[in-house]
Amino acid sequence: MSVAMPNVNETWTGKILEVTLGAGPDKGGTRGKTVTVGGETTLPFLHFEGEIPNKPVVAVEVRDRAPDDWSELLVKAWGDSLKDPAAWAAKAEGLGAEIIALSLDSAHPERGNTGAKEARETVRQVLKATSLPLIIYGPGQPDKDNEVLVAAAEEAAGERVALGNCEEKNYRTVVAAALANNQVVIAKTPIDVNLAKQLNVLIGDMRLDRDRILIDPTTGALGYGLEYTYSVMERVRLAALTGDSALQQPLIVTAGYEAWRAKEARTNDGVPTQWGDWAKRAVLWEANTAVTLLETGADILVLRHPETIPLVKRAIAGLMTRAGA
Amino acid sequence: MALSGLAIYKMLPQTNCKECGFPTCLAFSMKLAARQVELSACPHVSEETKTQLDSASAPPIRLISLGKDGHKLEVGNETVIFRHEKTFYHQPGLIYRLADSLDDQEFTHRLDQVADYGVERVGMDLRPDGVAVQDSSGSADTFAARVGQVAGKGLAIILMSSDPATMEAGLKAAQGKEPLIYAADSGNWQPMADLAKKYGAPLAVLGAGGDLEALAALAEQVAGYGVENLVLDPGARGWSDSLGALTRMRRAAIKKNFRPLGYPVITFPGEGSEDPREEAMLASQFIDRYASLIVMDDFEPAALYSLLTLRQNIYTDPQKPIQVTPGLYEIGDPKGDSPLLVTTNFSLTYFSVAGEVEGSGRPAWLLVADSEGMSVLTAWAAGKFDAERIAKAVKAAEVPDKISHKSIVIPGFVASISGDLEEELAGWQILVGPREAIGIPSYLRQLAKG
Repeated sequence: MSVAMPNVNETWTGKILEVTLGAGPDKGGTRGKTVTVGGETTLPFLHFEGEIPNKPVVAVEVRDRAPDDWSELLVKAWGDSLKDPAAWAAKAEGLGAEIIALSLDSAHPERGNTGAKEARETVRQVLKATSLPLIIYGPGQPDKDNEVLVAAAEEAAGERVALGNCEEKNYRTVVAAALANNQVVIAKTPIDVNLAKQLNVLIGDMRLDRDRILIDPTTGALGYGLEYTYSVMERVRLAALTGDSALQQPLIVTAGYEAWRAKEARTNDGVPTQWGDWAKRAVLWEANTAVTLLETGADILVLRHPETIPLVKRAIAGLMTRAGA
Repeated sequence: MALSGLAIYKMLPQTNCKECGFPTCLAFSMKLAARQVELSACPHVSEETKTQLDSASAPPIRLISLGKDGHKLEVGNETVIFRHEKTFYHQPGLIYRLADSLDDQEFTHRLDQVADYGVERVGMDLRPDGVAVQDSSGSADTFAARVGQVAGKGLAIILMSSDPATMEAGLKAAQGKEPLIYAADSGNWQPMADLAKKYGAPLAVLGAGGDLEALAALAEQVAGYGVENLVLDPGARGWSDSLGALTRMRRAAIKKNFRPLGYPVITFPGEGSEDPREEAMLASQFIDRYASLIVMDDFEPAALYSLLTLRQNIYTDPQKPIQVTPGLYEIGDPKGDSPLLVTTNFSLTYFSVAGEVEGSGRPAWLLVADSEGMSVLTAWAAGKFDAERIAKAVKAAEVPDKISHKSIVIPGFVASISGDLEEELAGWQILVGPREAIGIPSYLRQLAKG
């Protein structure tokens, strides 16, 4: 006996743009490795329905100053490399990172207030220490972001780095720096489809190529708003696949940053015994945040803990395996 | 197949008696077609029509219960592909598999781990749902003894054996707890279906390697034989195989109203992974994507807690964020001179703040303003947590009658409203607290030092 299964495949009219980070010597850069994400013609990992030409990749967060508010689990795992961004980046590459997400945190007025000169020096050193493409984040304070991101974009001219975050309040400066130095921007908006679209349109008006934008929809951690990110990412991806050209860029999420803010990952003080072993819980908190974001369309996942890297890469490998292969 | 409103209308009495609460039979038909009302609201419908309509208006994914009375686990009855379209209704059951061949001590220990686990999060009691007893001893007596042990625990039960005789021994031992029979395959489906009928138990139908047409054929055969309370296992195990199979099943049931696949799906993440951590991650995929029963092999509290949290997240109704009632809350028996903190009524915010205040060991008053269920930053951005609202909350809760001082701690994220709040609350001192709840204990310590 046989029952004909109805055809459940959707016919999508849109396609996610391919965005490349990093440039080798042939393209004016010095990167030994480049990364291309995006290009999907279907929802995440539905191989029966469409093409998924590029796998999602893991970026690892590196800071230009030793973080003073990180969980001791992270501090222990990274050890002395936390004090030197170049060593940290090299170590992350060795542990399986595919992109280095360098945060120029020391430029923050309350965390060192360093300027353009120091930013250039850090970028130069990290570029030398790793063959991977870079994401470069400012300290998240508008004036200082503008100062150090412009300097970093110039220092890394031709390397096709991603500059972040490019937000409504500072997008002009960041986009101009990307335009002048052939870089990519990370367009970040707070968990809202329309705001994401709006910012993309504004960036487009400045004539930055559409394939030089990554969308950061703002990440909620497991237990702390993950479901909002889940639904917003699904809606962004559905809009992109049904033809909304202002939302067709790959998605980048900060799973590490968010998961390690959660009490569950960060600490073991006064927590219920039912929460289980701290080290296991913390790494799984980050990894399971990442899994849900993968399922909803993340193309780049910025992670923090060394042990999370291979776990998330294993999930990606499993999801990229075509059925029956 | 689903019927149109007009097709349903033709089968109704067409008297427009209004007893269903709608002005006309046609209006009622439209609601029925949209599955927004129950046919039982019409007192005059004929038996024949009832039978016809019941099958047509049945939910696209059947509701299945494991167990009964106080310990019922209900799964299925989902109506959407994406949670933002409406919501996901019945969260997947988290079940732990125990082999009947474990020795007494080990079996009892593992059973107790599952039965005794419970944790509170955001005011809700979260716990695993049940135990699957796996026949690996090959002995019907051993299997029955283990099932009997589980039956007294108030958990949902899955009986796993491919041998009908062993299965029947287990069903007897389950003492009418309506366990799920796992599983009927193409070889043994008839005796398994007979058992399902005899014991009134739901039945899992096992496909092979993700072949959905074969699975649909088998499910239809079993349903045609008279067992309609089914659960499906497509037989796919790994990450992308499972995702593909479960997505196609969900779409077939919901978008095409394809009855043979319109049942809850059971998954085994341990069989698609190399170690316990990968099992927990694959289980996350199943929570995100369409599983109704998730059978775990490794019991690890850290993993279980993350899965229970994820399940709570994903199955929260997007239209109704969990809220707490606005008002003044006492944390740890505060006195008149204890500090006063204010936050929003988004329940996650409330419980994070309340938990930290409690953990600090310093009693405090926690004023919860009505932010329409939004978190601090979201509410602030939407104008639902501004000086005016906070001042209103202070008055509504009659705060001045309960406390002897006039200072209030606001979340660090809304430091910018201090000035406005000073105007709204004349004579009050506005203190800016930490941004994150986790900073509260050290903040309260500082505050006490002055």
